[in-house]
Order: sequence, then structure tokens, then C-alpha cells
Amino acid sequence: MSILGNRVLRREDPKFLTVGGTYVADLALPGSVHVTFVRSSMAHARIVSVDSTYAQAMPGVLAVYTNDDLGLPKFPTIMGMTNEAMTPPMLASGTVRYVGEPIAAIVAESREIAEDALEQVVVEYEPLKVVIDPVKARTDEDLLFPDAGTNTSFSLDFGGDETLFDDCEVVVELTLANQRVAPCPLEVRSAAAHMSEDGRLEFNSSTQAPHGVRDALATFLDLEPDQVHVVTPDVGGGFGAKGAVYPEDIVVGWCAQKLGRPVRWTETRSESMLGLGHGRAQVQHVRIGGTREGAVLAYRIEVLQDTGAYAGFGAVLPFMTRMMTSGPYKIPRAECASYSVVTNSTPTTAYRGAGRPEATAAIERIMDLFAREIDMDPAELRRRNLIEKDDFPYTTPVDTVYDVGDYHRALDLALEVAGYDDLRAEQVRRRTAGDVRQLGIGLSCYVEITNGLPDGEFGAVEVRPDGKVIVRTGTSPHGQGHVTAWSMLVAEQLGVAIEDIEVIHGDTDVVPRGAGTMGSRSLQVGGAAVNQAAVDVVEKAKDLAADLFEADRDDIVLDKANGRFHVVGTPALSRSWAELAEAAAKDGTALFAEVDLASPGPTYPFGTHISVVEVDTETGKVNVLRHIAVDDAGRIISPLLAEGQVHGGIAQGVAQALLEEVVYDLDGNPLTSTLADYSFISAAELPSYETRFTETPTPVNALGAKGIGESGTIGSTPAVHNAVCDAVAHLGVRHIDMPTTPVRVWSAINDAVTGHGTAKGGR
Amino acid sequence: MIPATFDYVRAGSVDEVIGLLGEHGDDAKLLAGGHSLLPLMKLRLAQPALLVDIGRLRELSYVTEEEDVIALGALTRHHDIATSPVTLSSVPLLAHVAGQIGDLQVRHRGTIGGSICHGDPASDLAAVLLALGATFVAQGPNGRREIDAQDFFVSFFEVALRSDELLVEIRVPRPLDARWGFEKLTKRAQDWAIVGAVAVRSRSGVGVGLINLGPVPLRSSAVEAAVVAGSNAAEAAAFAAEGTEPSADFNGSVAYRQHVARVLVRRALEKAGV
Repeated sequence: MSILGNRVLRREDPKFLTVGGTYVADLALPGSVHVTFVRSSMAHARIVSVDSTYAQAMPGVLAVYTNDDLGLPKFPTIMGMTNEAMTPPMLASGTVRYVGEPIAAIVAESREIAEDALEQVVVEYEPLKVVIDPVKARTDEDLLFPDAGTNTSFSLDFGGDETLFDDCEVVVELTLANQRVAPCPLEVRSAAAHMSEDGRLEFNSSTQAPHGVRDALATFLDLEPDQVHVVTPDVGGGFGAKGAVYPEDIVVGWCAQKLGRPVRWTETRSESMLGLGHGRAQVQHVRIGGTREGAVLAYRIEVLQDTGAYAGFGAVLPFMTRMMTSGPYKIPRAECASYSVVTNSTPTTAYRGAGRPEATAAIERIMDLFAREIDMDPAELRRRNLIEKDDFPYTTPVDTVYDVGDYHRALDLALEVAGYDDLRAEQVRRRTAGDVRQLGIGLSCYVEITNGLPDGEFGAVEVRPDGKVIVRTGTSPHGQGHVTAWSMLVAEQLGVAIEDIEVIHGDTDVVPRGAGTMGSRSLQVGGAAVNQAAVDVVEKAKDLAADLFEADRDDIVLDKANGRFHVVGTPALSRSWAELAEAAAKDGTALFAEVDLASPGPTYPFGTHISVVEVDTETGKVNVLRHIAVDDAGRIISPLLAEGQVHGGIAQGVAQALLEEVVYDLDGNPLTSTLADYSFISAAELPSYETRFTETPTPVNALGAKGIGESGTIGSTPAVHNAVCDAVAHLGVRHIDMPTTPVRVWSAINDAVTGHGTAKGGR
Repeated sequence: MIPATFDYVRAGSVDEVIGLLGEHGDDAKLLAGGHSLLPLMKLRLAQPALLVDIGRLRELSYVTEEEDVIALGALTRHHDIATSPVTLSSVPLLAHVAGQIGDLQVRHRGTIGGSICHGDPASDLAAVLLALGATFVAQGPNGRREIDAQDFFVSFFEVALRSDELLVEIRVPRPLDARWGFEKLTKRAQDWAIVGAVAVRSRSGVGVGLINLGPVPLRSSAVEAAVVAGSNAAEAAAFAAEGTEPSADFNGSVAYRQHVARVLVRRALEKAGV
């Protein structure tokens, strides 16, 4: 009987639920000094002077460094695609471009002294014009980088087909915001560094990509990669934003080198809200056209991506948005054009979904408006346009090739679980009665790309003479549960108990290579690499067993029920894994296999989410009553972990639809830099979810699995957003931008009822 | 997120607290549950030179019943108010409201006295105590004095305590045959109210309190007068915004907050049987 597909409890949890995890800030580092960063209080200004005289004179302060002291180069462009003039310096150099930008690093004997010293560094600014609205930034009226001559950091525009909508009976347009959000991992950024006795840089990092951190440190600090040893202890969440290397990380390493003392840095939550990359931040203009019978014929999306103050990963997010332009629909003609612009705000980066949720949000919202325009049920419109299961592999108008799917099945199942017809009947009843609390039903059919980057992954399996199995992986879990999942894969291949398997990750000396964990890639590349290594080690064991039994290699059988090898037909005479490992050791070798698996290519999970909300039309407050999620991530290896990913994803997705938004005032001052002001969602705002999986295995990889880490976020947000708009549509409201906070919803109703047109809400 | 340096004294008695306040004046701050003060200190918006920790003064934590009054010690925690048999039977409104403050952890740390003395216009408890016609007992070097809740909230985050006084007790007149309603609009369960309203109707009269509609917690005399004059809930609630000065932020404009005040006051009045 296979262990795969069973609800194996997380091996990680007993520790987290009892003694707790060990994070970078928990690591003992005797004699360490602490770094804090002087951060800009201005959104855009020339730095006239940085006076650290008083701070440097404080007892316990070792040094205050500015960018000139560091002498380190700027960060490179993203794969050569982004504007070279717009890459971030290590610390602000001459100009500050967002509130929170690091200007100087203070090193002190204690964190408290370092924090006190922050108040003693005097920065004199000469204010420059602040550009906070990306629409305004695109006009290039005021420039963040005058040398660049533009605010555009990256664009994708292949020209448009002017005849795109010519044969459409109905055309609907909408401009909508996919607002800026903060990833808010519970563990903020943290790093610790010291030089070992043999001159290597020992570095602890709260990251999703330890090897990326190693390589970046080596590059910036002029070291060979093997002179840098990165270890990630437990990491309390990343959501994409810890996939990048930050200037602070490099400065911590530089200080350890420079001072020859252990150095540590842990940001505060308020710093994290400004310093950790933000997500989403697109303004979209979408246009859809088709027939009155509900055949969608053409679709075009223009994306304006807010890059923040410097062009990092956020600038290239539209690349992913573009790939998913037409979503799960068979639209004959579809186009995407995108422009990424810098603004005086925190740089944007990958955040759970990274470019794909934005694509889904756009098309799902306009599908609802199209349905309304032709007076068709939104579920029916979707059914008529979904790609058929016989169409795969399916090439979209923007040349993305979807692997496999059964989109109609997911839609039908979601409608059935929801009791869709009854919900619509209840909605009619409430509308007719003019209830204060109106019901909204929102659908979202989605498809997304996982493992979209080309990296392969390292995996290794070793069986030791004591019978223990050591698994090494290049992925870097930070909550996902790879220890459990990889153990299941290896147990399945080797026929050993999960308890006998140890999974090692996040140590660049023990694991030589790795791309890390992001983009819903881990199982289908990293898990697949470990799985392949397990298959290979079984083959090696069979070679050894053939020698020991003096039998023909092809007659050796692994009995997975007890993890023992025997010759076919004589099970009574058998050898255990430990005995074979012992035999290998006597030969002076080890029983192990290493795999560098090339990426098998991207996969495309899909599904349908349905949200049922209640809107208090007198206050605008939204209450989510139900959330139905049908997700298909191919073959499900670990249902418990997959459900966990969906649950967390829905929570973050609902949060974006209803609550979360990073807000700046016109001077670029952040208004949401604490968790009192930034509406991070909690369990009290969420219903119990109704989740189902359909399983359509992908032919792309050996496991048949697709990524499930981001689907919950991608599917849920438009469903909730559509539900809110649906609840008040009969009152004349066409659209409400996210987050659909009470004041925005009420303003939209009020404007519709009083005839003031479509409201944008309550700034 | 790390406070500036401060001195710390753990007080052993009310007299010691009053002595320390007399000695240090405005340089000293009292630490009760810490859920308002400590975040301000971490953000360095408050930098007291001395923290006087009164959290161990157990004698100030109680809920007792006198003939016409429910007396609550100033250091009674929200959780204890929410679950006390006395409040549940005699002033269930107070128990209900205390049980909705922040989240469970906040309710186990935060105290009624700390909440009131902070003078936050967004305080649920302050508005409820106004509606209930409570009095606050302050103790200073010259003994005790009672302050009417109406006179206690002076201005934005400022209350009527002298710098050498400690709030020791909250006295709530027992409402007879009371019906009540409490409504608050929040984005999240744990948030401060964007707007909130409370209404109590008993044999002794009607009380209406407003949350977050001006620089101080408010009692709406206009609505109360309308009810007394015989208006129904909707008619009386039309006066809810009268005399209010809510601030505007991304959670709502002035007009929105005043509109919501009318809605919530109407709902609270309806629940109170008006």
C-alpha cells in the first residue's frame, strides 16, 4: 500500500507546537554586535549630509557606515531586462527614493544601544518632487532617476492589433487596481554573520534561497562561493518576499568581515513593513469583447506595474501576468502590454502568486461585467468559454502552453458543493425583500503557472549502516512541510519507515546546490529530484544485493513492505538496507545517490473558487459566509500539506479582496506601517473553508504533480471580489476596487443610489 | 520597536504609587496591562523616565455588588469583567463589551482602569461607562474623590486625573430592568471601532454613548433627549451625529462616520427596546 496520498501528519509540528522553532534571532552568537539601519524619513530627497558625530561618540557604538564607506557596487539588473540606472545601491547614495530606505548602518555592542544611536544620526535632506502615483510616474513629468530620462523600468509591448474587437457585438472595459500589499511573514528579516577561524564567512539568514544568499555574498564581498557558508535555521514564512537578497544582508556580511566580530541584525516589524518587498501593485486596463450569446472573442489587458523606488523583481512581474493573459478561457484573440514604472515607495517583489493573481483578478472581474452586460449568469458564461479537456496541450494567444486540465469538472464540482442554484434563489429573495444584508455570490475560474522559472534542483539520498536514511534537498522550506513530503517520497521508494528518514535543507556546505523554494516549484522539481535519487539508490542497492546473494541482478527484489532485498522466489533469505549499507561501507563506498534534476518544465494548476458574502448595505461591511475551493494540482502527494497550502492561500487571498492595502499619502509617507493600521487578516474574519481537490496528473514530471503553494491566493481573491460587487450590483454598482473595505463599499452604494456614478471609495 | 531607556519601580501599595507620582510628576507613567502604553513606548512616541508598575496591586482587581452600584477595581482585567457572575447578571452590557475588546490575549492583560485613563476616543468601555452614567474614583495624597464619567474625558488622550492621582475604582449605577444594544463597525474583529454606539434604556432613563466620533468618548445628549421626548429609534438616531467631530482617514470620511453613527445608534436603540 502506498504512503503517497495519505494524510501523514507533519513531522515538523511536534517541535513547533512544543518548544517552538529556532529562528536566526534565537541563535546563540557569543560576543556578537548589533546592526541597525538609519532609514529615510523622506520619500524623495537629496541627502545634503549625514552627521553621525554624536552617534559615534556614544558608549558602545563601534561604527556608523554610509554607502561611501562600504565601497560596494549596486545590485545588478534582473536578468538584464530591467533599466540599469534603476538598480538599488547598498545604502542610499546621494538621493533617497522611499521612506524606509537604508541610509547608514550603525554597529553597536547591544541592540538597545544601536536603537538609541539611531536617534543621534542627523540626516539633512533637500526635498525633491515625490512621485507616488504610477499613472503619474508613467508621464515622466518628474523623474526618480534623471540620468535614465524615464521612469519606465521594464516594458512588454509587442504592439496591438487594431482590429482585435472588430467583430464583437459587445465590448466591455474596466480600469481596476490590484493594490499594493505587504507580505507580512510572522518572522521579519534577520541575519547573523561571523568569520570562522579558517577565514570563511559563516552566515545565517531568514531566506527562501540559501544558495542565492551565498552567491550574492560571494559576489559582493569578493569571495569564492565555497568561502561562504550559509545556514538557514527555521524560517517563519516568506511568501516570495524572502526569495530576494536585500542590501541589509550584504551589509551584515560586510560588517562581519570588516570588524572581525560576530554581527547580527533583526529588523523590527515597523521596519519590515517598509523594507521587505511589497507585492501586487498594478493598475490594469482591460477590454473584453464577444457575442450576445456569450462567446468571448477578444481580450486585451494593459498593465501598469508599480516597481517601487528601484527596479527589482517587481519590475518583471508583468512577465508572469502576460503569460496568463487569457486565463482558463478559449479566447481566439488576446493581448497584453505592460509598463513597469518606478515610484517613491518600497520596491515591489514576488508575493504569493507573483504576477499570476493579477492576471486572474483582471479577467475574472471583466468576465463578470461581460456576463452582466449580456444578461447571462456568470457561471454559464464561464462554462461556455472554458478550454475543453480535449484541447490540451493548449497554446494560448500569447503562446503559453498549458499542459493538461479539466476545467469544466472543477467548475461543475464547485457549483455543486456550493449549491449554486439555491444561493441564487436566496439572493433573489433578499433583493426582492430589500434586505439590509444582501447576498453576493462570486466565482473565479483560474489557471496559473507553477515552476515558471528554468532552474533545476539538487536531491540526494544516502542509506547509512545504522539504517538511517539521509535526504538532502536544494529546496528551502519555510513552513511548507518538505521534511514530511520528501520523507513520504523516499519511504515510498525505499520501503523504510518515515521515522528513519532525516531531511536536510538550508545548509550550503551539506547541500552543494539549490535554487530554493518559490514559485510553487518545490515538489515538482525538488521533490522529483529527491524521488529520482531514491529510485537511483534502490538500483545501487540491487547491485550490492546481487553481489551478496551471488544472484543475477535482474532477479533482485525490494520488498517495500519491510524494506528488505531478496532473490526472486526466496524471500526467507533477505538483506536489510542497513546490511547493504554496511556492505558498501566495507567496500569503502557509501550507499547513496545524488541527482541534479533539470527542470521538467512548468505546470498549470487550475480550479474554481466560489465565495458567498453578505454585505451590510447600510455600513458597507462585508462578511464572508462561505468559501468553496476546488483546486487541481495534478497528483496530490500529501493531502494534508496541500490543504494547508490552500487554506493559507485563501486567507491571504480574502485579505487582499477585503482588507489589505499599503497606503501612502501624496508626500510618500506610509500610513500603514504597523499591524494596527495594516489590516492583516485573522481567523475571526474567515469562515471554515469547503475545499475539494480534483486530480488531473500532469505528464510534465514523473510525480504527475503541479504546484499548490499559490493557487489558494490566485483563486480566492477574484471570487471574493466578485461576490462583493455581485451583492450590490442590483443597486447600480458596477465595480468597487479592492480592498472592498466598509467605506468603499458604502461609498459605491451611496454614489449609485444618488446617481454620482461609480465610486472609487473613501480616501 | 525598542523603547528608550526608562527606570522601573514595581509598586507594592496604592500609597506608594501616589508617593511616586507626587515625587516624579509627569515624568512617571503607570503601567497596568501595558496594552496601550507599551506600543507607544516601542514606537518611541512615549518616553517616560519612570514606569511605575501597578500590575501587582491585587487589591484593585475586583467586581463587587453594592446596593445600587456595581464597583469595579481599576485593575480588573477585561476578561474578568467579561466573565464575572456579577457583571453577567447585573450589567451584562459591560460583560458583553469587555468580551469583545481586542483579542483574547489583550483581554487577559488589559485593564478597565488602564483603558479609561488612556483617554482614547476609540475606547469601547469609555462610551459604555458614559452611557451607564458611571463615576470614577480617584485617589490622591489628600484621599479619594469621585469624578463623573461625563467630566472625566477632557480632550484627546487627556483625562481629569491630577498628576499625583490614581484611578482606583469605577462605580456603575445598577440599571434597573435595562435593555441595551451595542454596535461597533470594525474591519477586523480585533480592531478599534471605526465607529461604535451603545444604548441603554432602563427605569432610570436612557443613555447613549458614541465611540470614535470626536476627540473624546461621547455621550449623545441629543439622541437621549429625543428618546425621552418620545421619538422612535429611527427618529432619535437622526440626531446621532449632532455635536460629533470625527476625524477622517482611509477608514472613512467625516460624512461616512457620521452616517454610520446614525445607523449604529438606530440599531442599538432598537435592541434597547426604543
